[in-house]
Order: sequence, then structure tokens, then C-alpha cells
Amino acid sequence: MRRNSRDYVITRRIDNLLLNFYEAYMFMGRFFREAFRGPLEFQELVKQCYQIGYRSLPLISLTGFITGMVFTKQSRPSLMEFGATSWLPSLVSIAIVRALAPLITSLISAGKVGSSIGAELGSMRVTEQIDAMEVSAVNPFKFLVVTRVLASTISIPILSFYCAFVGLMGSFLDVTLNEETNIVAFFEKAFEQITFLDIGSALFKAIAYGFTIGMVGCYKGYNATQGTQGVGKAANASVVLSMFLIFLEEVAIVQITNWMR
Amino acid sequence: MQQPTSHPIGTEKAISIRNLYKSFGELHVLRGVDLDVFKGENVVVLGRSGTGKSVLIKIIAGLLKPDQGTVQVLNQEVPSLSEKQLRELRLKIGFSFQNSALYDSMTVRENLEFPLVRNVKNLSRSEINRAVEEVLDSVGLSQTINQMPSELSGGQRKRIGIARTLIMNPEIMLYDEPTAGLDPITCMEINELINEVRERYHTSSIIITHDLTCAKATGDRLAMLFDGQFIREGTFEEVFETDEERIKSFYDYNFVE
Repeated sequence: MRRNSRDYVITRRIDNLLLNFYEAYMFMGRFFREAFRGPLEFQELVKQCYQIGYRSLPLISLTGFITGMVFTKQSRPSLMEFGATSWLPSLVSIAIVRALAPLITSLISAGKVGSSIGAELGSMRVTEQIDAMEVSAVNPFKFLVVTRVLASTISIPILSFYCAFVGLMGSFLDVTLNEETNIVAFFEKAFEQITFLDIGSALFKAIAYGFTIGMVGCYKGYNATQGTQGVGKAANASVVLSMFLIFLEEVAIVQITNWMR
Repeated sequence: MQQPTSHPIGTEKAISIRNLYKSFGELHVLRGVDLDVFKGENVVVLGRSGTGKSVLIKIIAGLLKPDQGTVQVLNQEVPSLSEKQLRELRLKIGFSFQNSALYDSMTVRENLEFPLVRNVKNLSRSEINRAVEEVLDSVGLSQTINQMPSELSGGQRKRIGIARTLIMNPEIMLYDEPTAGLDPITCMEINELINEVRERYHTSSIIITHDLTCAKATGDRLAMLFDGQFIREGTFEEVFETDEERIKSFYDYNFVE
């Protein structure tokens, strides 16, 4: 009897998991259908780009700058052992452009943007605002989901390159305080080792992460249930799930890039 | 005591529901509901909380799919409509939500413009402004045009919610608990507004409520929903002149004239 009930619970969990995958797949399919079917809610898209992109600038600036500076500070002793401190700009730029900038930007955005989208749409769902759009013959999916996912997919790559730039500036500050260099020499050295593949893969990563954050936030918020508790759950699940997916994507993209290198 | 305004009721049906069933898992909410609403008629659906009143109007508006039965709105079978057909039908339906469902991030003006600019093409700015001002004037809240929903009182939110549906000139109005959570004076104002909407826009309406004052003030006909079925239908007097225990207790505990 006990075994049967345990089997039932496991089976039900697997069913729920598969059902969730199916629903997420359908949601994504609907996004592509609606995104390519006009007209686009352009004004809302611009507003969301402002919310997601422009309003994240202070946080991304601070984090990017400190990451660049701290990474430089912590790398210096190891390079000094080999008398290779002149390699600092190259090392830092490889680390920042290839990995740190897209990853840091997307993790910060998963927390800031993902939770905000999840909570906003979740709250609109439980207060029947999404139903109100539907009964007024307006497509809420197009207005709410398509605009937010597109805005996130557009804004996060831009933020990511901005983060890389600010990170390199942080690194330059530390280098210039400790070594004799100037900004031209620093950036020449920094970009010496950077290839188009590095920039291409960073761009691809940032686009993938932006899409993931927007999609997960919208999916969780749009399908929120159970009142205010559901709003909290949607916001929380948006952050946790998008971070988890970002890490999986990071591993996959790095692996593919290494094969291409 | 207010009474529904005398208004010509047509013989043509605006809404016709037959043998409607709806369940959520093990919970059987509607169990064989039949209902007709004639053009120009205000029908009040009464019943205790959780008896499926809101589910009924959400099925009519196509927000929920029924398990079984037919739902005809303006001679169209709602559950079998395509997405595009449903959107066209919804242009003729106004839905006033229990909690108003105003868009929090938009001003009153933006709330009202929202369905208009997306459904009516090639409107000039001055035409949009005129439509917004007219509809705000019809609910008596012209001064709130630039306010955010969070700055409005409960009664004002209800009125703006109704105004947002009226801007599309609907043929059918569905009111979900229009007086819930409001003080008696505001309730009276909302009841008056419901009757005015019928007069001015010639709408047919379903009013979901458990407020008997609202039912008496707005309903030409009442239908009492109990355990997923209508147990009594008629005018206010016809419904409540009975010894049926469930109806008597509903009257005794709810209605203070």
C-alpha cells in the first residue's frame, strides 16, 4: 500500500514535470507566432527597453567596475610570480569579454528584471487585469509577453557589452595606479587576444540569456495562480529557474565555442 | 427603494445558454444551467459565494471553456469561435470585473484609451480625446482623467472600469459583483449607473450579485443559482414569494429594505 502511494506520488511528479515542459514549449511557440504577426506594440517595447535596459545601468555599472578592478587586483600576485604583469590587460579582457560580462549581467538581470516581470505579470493575472485585456478584444500576450521578451533580448546584450567596457575601465584604473601605462596602451593590450569568435560568442550568450530571462519571467507571471502567494512564487521561480537555465546555457555555449576555436 | 427603469425589452435573445456544465477537477460548479437574456433586458444572477456565478459570465465572455452545453451570444456559439471571431464578438461585450481590474501602470485616460486605440483604426487624437471625455462624463468622473487607479476610491474604480467597457459601445454588459465592498450610498450610485447604461447604450446585461438591494434596483428578471443550477427565476417578487427554505434564508439574511 505504502509502495503504491509512493509510486503514485513519483508518477504524478513526473507527469507534472512533463506537463510543465509541454506548457513552456507551447508558451514559447506562441511567442514566436505572435512576435512575427503584426502589428508590434512598439511604444510598449520602447518603454520596456527603458525599464529593463536604462534603469539597470547604475547596478550594472557598479558591478562591472568592481568586478574588473577586483579581478585585476587578485590576478596581479599570480602574474607577478612569473614577471608577467604586462599580461594583466589581456587576461582581464579575456575573462571579462568571454565569460564575466555576459554572465554577471544576466545573473543581475535575472534577479532584477526577471523577478520584476514575474511579479508584475503575476499580479496582473491574479487581479484579472490580463482577463480585462482579453475581454476588451486586445491580445494580452502580444502586449505583455512579446514586448517584454523582445525588450529583454535586445537590452541584455547591450548591457552586457556595457558591463565589459565598464569592467575594463575598472581594471584600467587598478593597472594605472600600480603600473606605468596609459589608456591607449591598456586597451591595445587588452584587445590583442580578443577574437571575433570571443565577441560573437559573448553576443550570442547575452542574446540567449536575455531571451531566457524575459521568457521565464513572462511564463511564470502569466501563468500565476493562488492570489498574492502566487505572485511571490512567480517572482521567486522566475529568478531561480532563469539562473538555472543561464548556467546550463553557459556550459553548452562555452563547450560549443571551444570546439569552434 | 430604487427600481429598474422601465425600458423596452425585445423578443430577440442576446444570450442563450442550454445545459451548461463546468467543473474544476472534482468540483462541479455548473450542473446543467439554462438561461436566456433578451435584448434590452437586465438579468440578475443571484446566489451564494462559490456557486459559479462568476464562472457563468466568464464562459459567456469566452474566458473559460464549458465542459458541456451551448452558449450563444448574439447568435454566435462562443466555445466554437476562432480566436479572431471571439475577438470580434468581444468588441460587443463589456465586462465589469469584481475588483475593477484597472491597469495599475496606466492613468485613467490610458486605461480608457487602451481598448479604443487598439480596436478602432485611424482615429485622430482629437477623436480619441472626445471619446474618453464623453465616456468619463457619462460615469460622472471627468476630474479623474489624469489620475492613477491607486488614487481612486473603490466606487470610482468601479465606475472607471464600467467606463472602459462603454467606450467600445457594447451591446451586452456583464457585471461581476458591481456593488461588492462598497458603502450603501456608493452602491446606490452604481445601481443607478447600471440602469443609466442600459438607457443610454441600449445594452442587455447580466448582473452577478448577492446584494439583494442591487438585484431589486437593477434586475428586470432574477435567476437564483444554487448548487450549480437555477432553482428559481422571475421578477424580484416572484422569486422571493416562496416558502422554499434556501431562498427564504437568502432573503432573510441578506436583504434589509
